[in-house]
Amino acid sequence: MEPITGAEILVRCLQEEGVDCMFGYPGGAVLHIYDALYAQEKIKHVLVRHEQAAVHAAEGYARASGKTGVVLVTSGPGVTNAVTGIADAYMDSIPLVIFSGQVPTALIGNDAFQEVDAVGITRPCVKHNFLVRDIKNLAETVKKAFYIASTGRPGPVLIDLPKDITIGKAEFHYPKKIKLRSYNPTIKGHAGQIRKAVDLVMSAKKPMIYTGGGVILSDGSTELVELTQLLGYPITHTLMGLGAYPATDKQFIGMLGMHGTYEANMAMHHCDVLIAIGARFDDRVTGKIEKFCPEAKIVHIDIDPSSISKNVQVDIPIVGSVPNVLRAMISVIRDEKLKPDTKALEHWWRQIDEWRAIKSLSYRQSDEVIKPQYVIEKLYQVTEGKAIITSDVGQHQMWAAQYYHFDRPRQWINSGGLGTMGFGLPAAMGAKLAFPDQDVACVTGDGSIQMMLQELSTMKQYYTPVKIVNLNNGYLGMVRQWQEFFYQKRYSMTYMEALPNFVMLAEAYGHVGMRIEKPGDVEGALREAFAMKDRTVFLDFITDQSENVFPMIPSGGGQNEMLLAERDEMVSTHEEGMVLV
Amino acid sequence: MNNSDNSNRHMISILMENEAGALSRVANLFSARGYNIESLTVAPTDDPTLSRLTLVTSGNEQIIEQIVKQLNKLIDVVKLIDLSETDSIERELMLVKTKAVGEQRAEMMRLSEIFGGHILDVTESTYTIELTGPGGKLDNFLNAVEKDAILEVVRSGATGIARGQKALHV
Repeated sequence: MEPITGAEILVRCLQEEGVDCMFGYPGGAVLHIYDALYAQEKIKHVLVRHEQAAVHAAEGYARASGKTGVVLVTSGPGVTNAVTGIADAYMDSIPLVIFSGQVPTALIGNDAFQEVDAVGITRPCVKHNFLVRDIKNLAETVKKAFYIASTGRPGPVLIDLPKDITIGKAEFHYPKKIKLRSYNPTIKGHAGQIRKAVDLVMSAKKPMIYTGGGVILSDGSTELVELTQLLGYPITHTLMGLGAYPATDKQFIGMLGMHGTYEANMAMHHCDVLIAIGARFDDRVTGKIEKFCPEAKIVHIDIDPSSISKNVQVDIPIVGSVPNVLRAMISVIRDEKLKPDTKALEHWWRQIDEWRAIKSLSYRQSDEVIKPQYVIEKLYQVTEGKAIITSDVGQHQMWAAQYYHFDRPRQWINSGGLGTMGFGLPAAMGAKLAFPDQDVACVTGDGSIQMMLQELSTMKQYYTPVKIVNLNNGYLGMVRQWQEFFYQKRYSMTYMEALPNFVMLAEAYGHVGMRIEKPGDVEGALREAFAMKDRTVFLDFITDQSENVFPMIPSGGGQNEMLLAERDEMVSTHEEGMVLV
Repeated sequence: MNNSDNSNRHMISILMENEAGALSRVANLFSARGYNIESLTVAPTDDPTLSRLTLVTSGNEQIIEQIVKQLNKLIDVVKLIDLSETDSIERELMLVKTKAVGEQRAEMMRLSEIFGGHILDVTESTYTIELTGPGGKLDNFLNAVEKDAILEVVRSGATGIARGQKALHV
C-alpha cells in the first residue's frame, strides 16, 4: 500500500466513519488537513465565522440526527475559542469528535506561535482526549475517538494533531473494530435489579416517571412510550428530556423543575415510587435536595454509574442502556401479566388532575403588548408542532420549553447543562444541515443572539434557511427576573441600551428581517416567515419587558414550594437559597 | 492536603494506562470535584503498558463511592481497588534528616532502632534515617523525636497491596 500523508489519512478516516458534514475554521497548523479536504468531495465542510459556533453547529447536527458531530479547528486561539462549545457538549453528553491543530511536535512546549496546551485545557471538559505523537497511531486514534464519543454515555473527544503528523507519511489501515481494555460501558441491565425494580414499580400507589436527556441520547423513546402506556403512570421530563414522550398525550404532565409545571412538581413531591430514567438529578430539577421526593422509593436507570446516587441516594440502581433496560422491564411485566394497582392509580390521577386544573402555565394576554408566551404558542400552531426548535439560554428558553409541545425526540435542541448563551443560532444551522427538508426555528433573545450573530453570514453561505424568533425585551431577562425577585429590583447591568436594528442587520447579511410590535401581527408574521421556505428570516418580536417566567421554585425551595404567576407574592428566598444559582 | 478524619481514610490503588497525561486526569478529577488527596504515588509496573497509582483520600461513604465511580469513568483507568475495604498492607517510605550532636547521637540511634529504621548517612552533626511502615508509624516516629532536632522530612506517600491471594492485575 502506498504511504499517504497524515492529513490524507485523517480525511480517509472521516470517510470511513461515514462523516458527511463537518464544521471548522482553518489556520496555520491545519493547512495540510484543509488541503486534503480540498481534494475530496464526500465530506462537506462548513466554514463558520467563530470556532465556538463550529462546535455548537456540530452539536446541533449531532443532537438532531444522533450522529457524531465533527469539528476541525486550528491551534492556539482556534482551540480556546472552541472550549465553550466543547464544555457545552460535555455537560449535555453530546457525541463530538474535535480535531485541533497543534504546533509541530518539536516545538511543543516552546511557547511557539499559536501554541496552547489543547489537551490540558480541554481535559476537564471532554470525555477523553488524545495528542497524536506518531503518525502510525493516527488512524487507530481516530477510530478510538469515534468509538468513545458515541458509546456509553456519549461526549466530546478531542484529538490534538501536531502539524508534522499531518505532513508525515504512513500506510493507511483503518481498524474495523476497536476494543479498549479500560472502557467497556455496561449496556444490559442486571436481571436481579430489573426484577426488584419491576416489583417496586408495580406496587406503587402514587407512581411517577421522571426522564431526562439519556432517553433521547440512547434513542429509547419507543421503549419509554411503550412502558409508560403499559403502566398508565404519569410522566414528566427534564429540560433535556422533552420530546421523549409525546407532550400532547394526557399522561404527560409537563416539564419538572425550577420552571416546570405545578402538577409535575407536586406529583414528584408526593409520589411514593419514582422511576428515574436517563436523568441525573440536576439541581434545577431537585430544588433543595433535602426536600426532594420525601416519600419516594427511587429506581434509577442510567448508563453512567457515576450518575447514580451522586446527588440523591436511590433505592434500586440499574446501570445500563435505557432502551435495553426498559425492554427487559416490559418483557417481565408482559410475561407475568403484571397489572398496576388501578384503584390507587385512579385516585392518584384525580389528585394530579386537581393540580393540573390550577393551570400553572396560564398568563395574562394583552392587546397592547406582545407576551412572549403568546409568540411561542403561535409558533407552535403555525408550525403545527412539527418544527425542530433550538433555543438560546434565558427566559425565552424556558418559554419555548413550556409552550412548544414536543411530540418527538430530537425535536428540541438546547443547551441544558452549561447554559451557553449563543448556542441557539449555530445549533439551528447544524440541525438544518442534518434535516434540510424540515422547518427549523431558533428561539432566542436580544442578549443571546448577539453572542453568535456573526453566524448569519455562515447561514447565507451554506444556505441554511432557519427562522429566528427573537423575543426582544431589551433586557437580559432571566437575570433581570432574579434581580426583581431577589435583589429588590436593582437592575444591575441587565438593560441593553443601543440594541441594533435587527431588521437591517438581517438584511445586511442577506436575510429577511421583520419587526413585530403588536400582538395582532404575531401569527401573520410567523406564517409569512415560514412560507419563505428558502430564506432565513429574522423575526424581531418586541415583547413585554416585565414578563417573568412562571411557575418558579426559588433557589432553596422544595418542589412543593412553587410560586405561581400573579398568585404568589415573590418573596426573597431564604439566605441559604441565595448562595445557590 | 486536608486534615482528614482517620476513620474516613481510604487508600485507593489504581492500574492505569501508562500514557502521557493519565496522572493529570486523576489529579484533575480530584481538584475539579473538590475531593481531598492526602497523598498520591505513581510508578510503572512490571507490565510496561501499565502504571500503578496509589492515592489516599478521605470522605464519607457517599463521597468515596463517587470517587471510585468517577475514577472508573476515566478512560485511562483500567482497574482499581479500595484497599481500605479489604485486608491490606500499607507501607510508606520516609527519609528524615536529624540533628545528631553530643547526647543526641545515641538517643537518635536508639529511636531509629526502635522504629526499625536505618541510618543511611552520618555527618559529625547529622543523621539521615530511613524508615518504612504504615503512615501512622512514621507519624509516631516524628512525634517521638524532639521537634528541634528534625531538619528535613521526605515522605513517599502511602502505597499498598492486598493481603492473601487477592491481586490487582489485568
